[in-house]
Amino acid sequence: MSGLPLVFHQFRFEQKVFWRSPAAVFFTVMFPVIFLLIFSSLFGNDTIEELGGIKTTVYYVPGIITLAVVSASLVSTAIRLTELRESGRLKRVRGTPLPPWAFVAGRFGNAFTVSVLMVVLVTAIGRVLYDVPIPTTTIPALLLTLLVGSFTFCTLGFALTAFIPNEEAAPAVTNFVVLPLYFLSGVFIPQNEIPNGVLNFSSIFPIRHFFECFLTAYDPVTTGAGFEWGHLGILAAWGLVGLLLSLRFFRWTPRSG
Amino acid sequence: MISVRGLHKSYGGVEAVRGVDLEVERGEIFAFLGPNGAGKTTTVSVLEGYLDRNDGYVSVLGRDPADADRAWRSRIGFVLQECRMDPLLNVRETLELYAGYYERPRSVPETIELVGLAEKAEARAGKLSGGQQRRLDVAVALIGDPELLFLDEPTTGFDPSARRQAWQVIGGLRDLGKTVFLTTHYMDEAQALADRVAVISAGVIVAAGTPDDLGGRGDAPTQISFEAPATGLSEEMKRAAGGSWSGEDGRVVVRTTDPVRALHELTGQATNGDLALDSLEVRRPSLEDVYLELTGGGRDQ
Repeated sequence: MSGLPLVFHQFRFEQKVFWRSPAAVFFTVMFPVIFLLIFSSLFGNDTIEELGGIKTTVYYVPGIITLAVVSASLVSTAIRLTELRESGRLKRVRGTPLPPWAFVAGRFGNAFTVSVLMVVLVTAIGRVLYDVPIPTTTIPALLLTLLVGSFTFCTLGFALTAFIPNEEAAPAVTNFVVLPLYFLSGVFIPQNEIPNGVLNFSSIFPIRHFFECFLTAYDPVTTGAGFEWGHLGILAAWGLVGLLLSLRFFRWTPRSG
Repeated sequence: MISVRGLHKSYGGVEAVRGVDLEVERGEIFAFLGPNGAGKTTTVSVLEGYLDRNDGYVSVLGRDPADADRAWRSRIGFVLQECRMDPLLNVRETLELYAGYYERPRSVPETIELVGLAEKAEARAGKLSGGQQRRLDVAVALIGDPELLFLDEPTTGFDPSARRQAWQVIGGLRDLGKTVFLTTHYMDEAQALADRVAVISAGVIVAAGTPDDLGGRGDAPTQISFEAPATGLSEEMKRAAGGSWSGEDGRVVVRTTDPVRALHELTGQATNGDLALDSLEVRRPSLEDVYLELTGGGRDQ
């Protein structure tokens, strides 16, 4: 095989392994859903005056989507790649005719597919349980955000792998990187509760910009197509940073032993 | 198939490989022996295209591994020292995954059959025993139908019966016309499988040849030993038997290049009742004896 069929082949097996892995399914699929239910039952009846009086649940749907996409892209890529590298499978794959770009594309395809699925799932739960409106006019912006976000967080996952020494350290290192940013970027706590200084700090990193794009797409008062070009630009720039770091530091051979 | 001349490789000022020459012919099983840290893995990594060298000429399948491309990679198979297959894929799926990387792969069911995993085809890799996982590894190495296979310590950690089974599989590769480059710690493995062997020690090749001739083994004296008889030994008989005589740990040891004559004389005396030959042993120097001598005794870490 070569070209696109080869990418699809790689993607198909990535999917197979993903859905068979209890840890991957729990943390990427179940975890965000549980968070949505918890946050909505705790704060569901509040409204956020600073954001034009939207309901807290309308705020949390894009927030949880952010969590799910970062998890499907950055977290699961970093954990999976570390396991592949330390088990010797990455080195082994490098010794086959599979071109590295096809391997990366298969990984990206997996992250993107799971991300789309999570957007649909979280949006549907939001609609059914909490009456959160489904975006219509902003769907192109939503899809573009998803595409750029999957790419950015995948490349960051590849880059992060270079700094993870072994399989045991992988979940700890990735969560150490993303978990504080969920809180500081307004994904878990509404922005109006977060001091400006903290928001300025979290604006350095991609998660906040990613979330802002989704928030606009889901905000019922948004008029027009809802493209947040500024946020998308910074998100894409981080993708470039991840790409360059990966090209420089990513390695196919095990670090231990 | 493989041609190496004057290979040099250093890590941080330490010369791991200091001028290695190797020739491997098409269709042979070549065993590369040496203690840990002798430069074995470094040499193999250069041949496989994973490591850049400092100096020397290297040609594998007519190409420099440093410029390896897809076509070259599709002609080579690997069994790495450490590799765990995906525990969530079964044997058949694992082979289907790798088969998809090649233009003309072998048949998946046939390859499973070849390594003796037919009954485990639907078992997940994570549920296989160590020996079965290694055989799956060999199957993955074969799936692209390569001309040349690198097997890096393929039976390390096997129990004796698993080792025998693996040897059958590797020996069978010769019948398929494959060229096999095998690294191993086990001399009996090299003896059983290899057409030719080379021994590396401290970064240089110290001996090369067939397993039977390595390090002058073909001409080395045979050792005959038996428990020292209470009656003692007559000088006359020693002369008639020939060879050089000595005593070690309560045993008489005769080293001779004419073992037939010595044995004839000794057993003749024994059947006459003139000599007790308790626990008689005849031994040719093993590959291991030669190897230990070449690599500086039992200092293998």
